[in-house]
Amino acid sequence: MCNNANPYVPFTATIEDTWFETVGDRCVKTFKVTLDDAAARANWSHRPGQCAMVGLLGVGESMFCVSCSPTEGDFLRFSVMRMGKVTQALHEMEAGDKITVRGPYGNSFPLEEWKGKHILTIGGGIGQAPLRPIVEYVKAKMDQYAGLTMIYGARTSGDLCFKNEFAEISACGGLTCHLTIDLAEEGWDYNVGFVPSLLMDVNPSPENTIAITCGPPIMIRFVLENLKKLNFADAQIYTTLENRMKCGFGKCGRCNVGSFYVCKDGPVFSYATLKDIPEAFA
Amino acid sequence: MDIIKLRKDKFADFLASMGDYKLFAPQKVGESLRFAPVTDAGKVELAMANTTVPPKSIFFPQTETLYRYALGNTETHPPAEGEKGVIFGVRPCDARAQVIVDKLFSWDVDDPYYLDRREKTVVVGLACNKPCVNCFCLSVGGDPASTEGLDMLMTELDDAYLLQPLTEKGEKLSQAMAAVTEAAETGDLHKAEELHQQAREMIGRKVETDGIPQKLPGLWEDELWQDTAASCLGCGICTFLCPTCHCFDIQDEVEGYDGRRCRMWDSCMFKEYTLHASGHNPRPTRRERTRNRISHKYSYFVQKFDVIACVGCGRCINFCPVNIDIVEVLRQVKEAR
Repeated sequence: MCNNANPYVPFTATIEDTWFETVGDRCVKTFKVTLDDAAARANWSHRPGQCAMVGLLGVGESMFCVSCSPTEGDFLRFSVMRMGKVTQALHEMEAGDKITVRGPYGNSFPLEEWKGKHILTIGGGIGQAPLRPIVEYVKAKMDQYAGLTMIYGARTSGDLCFKNEFAEISACGGLTCHLTIDLAEEGWDYNVGFVPSLLMDVNPSPENTIAITCGPPIMIRFVLENLKKLNFADAQIYTTLENRMKCGFGKCGRCNVGSFYVCKDGPVFSYATLKDIPEAFA
Repeated sequence: MDIIKLRKDKFADFLASMGDYKLFAPQKVGESLRFAPVTDAGKVELAMANTTVPPKSIFFPQTETLYRYALGNTETHPPAEGEKGVIFGVRPCDARAQVIVDKLFSWDVDDPYYLDRREKTVVVGLACNKPCVNCFCLSVGGDPASTEGLDMLMTELDDAYLLQPLTEKGEKLSQAMAAVTEAAETGDLHKAEELHQQAREMIGRKVETDGIPQKLPGLWEDELWQDTAASCLGCGICTFLCPTCHCFDIQDEVEGYDGRRCRMWDSCMFKEYTLHASGHNPRPTRRERTRNRISHKYSYFVQKFDVIACVGCGRCINFCPVNIDIVEVLRQVKEAR
């Protein structure tokens, strides 16, 4: 963690740009931000999968995954679904406004370890936010990986995040992008159906592959079942957990699953670790 | 380090001799007995079983400011660091509890607020001559005269307190007290040891805790959690008064343009504690919350820090409005198959 000497005190950051990923009551807005302090910016380094506490003085803080890869540049991105008090206040913010950031927190996807392997990401809805840094990271270092398959779905085409990036991903050699929505829509040329079914249709080989899944709990449950049917070993499957958090560094107590603190020991876990923790999928 | 004694009639002089130390001792505050700054020696209550609120409140206040800010301004101002203090009359179980909580507040990332107070505070313990009816410290690695986490151990004799410095901080304090204390006699030491032994024999509540940390994960779906939670009101008093409970919430408080971000005790017995913004709650009922409270103290904390996060002080039993008894829960854990 590269934070102030006092880990509770956040950095000030300026919003450079914002845009909506989705519309509706629970719309997702992405914030591109830069830390104000030059030293803080120089010391900051995050890895795909890590999180940060984003907040507003006078309102509060919430934990979000950093939704960009460090390979993209010297900035941070957070993709925030409008849900509660803090996220509603954040959604009011526009370019030029100040927010607070502290972190980065938690472990990360072991992308160094995965060099030479094929990467399979399986996402649903806002669950693509922590997977996006993997896609961007592999895309930037394509010569070091055997390839990347991205499976991503949402209820409707309007609920898909990062839509404007799919064409570019599909155009990259070694990257394949499979999209799905729950029900047919006019003008939708891709798959219709749930993510776990699309996974079976894509029928990825477990050979030299790592599968990472993030999304709603019900999707994760069926994706895990299907990955087992496709003969993926427990240690080849990864997911991220989320729980309510207040501190971000293993003190406030609430994010535990069994003896693990999600903020410190997670959010990235292999299924080999999680399958023996009854509370992991609660 | 020389063992000294303080005559009871010199107690007020002793308090006055503390000079640049801020002194905390058990006092009645409203309905409860808790550690509070001493302004009047007559109000200090050492003839107590134990305080209602454990001394954790001195190191980890129920509510404390992390930093202040002015709305519309990005500057944050943490409070000034704490002053030198002496906390006087801590029961050995509570001193051990603080050593346990130290592990949490210093693992991986240091908590500056808590550790600053720990470093600057001298802990003077008071051995238990008369344990309470629900004390079970002997079952969880404690002792009525345990010195763990203490800088000085004090034992109440008939007309004096025997003071045994245990650390450098304790020795320095003992020197500061030199004008009001006198050397202890051999007879005093024998008397204190006799009182400690009597106290050990008076502890009636016992539970065998060996094997509980290993056994608990296997009892995930056991009926005992439903049975225990059935009478639980979810009031959280077991966690608020627990000397090892350390969970907190962080909230912003704003008045006009002045804001502060503060932390306050929170409880895993509250449903909001784990409630997600989406409405999903991984611990939706008191069954899951009760299971987490016991599992955290007796299994998760042991897996992480190699010590049971319970010191047998008995507060959660004494103050539970529906008589949930952790010793009985542990007995059920032992008996469950």
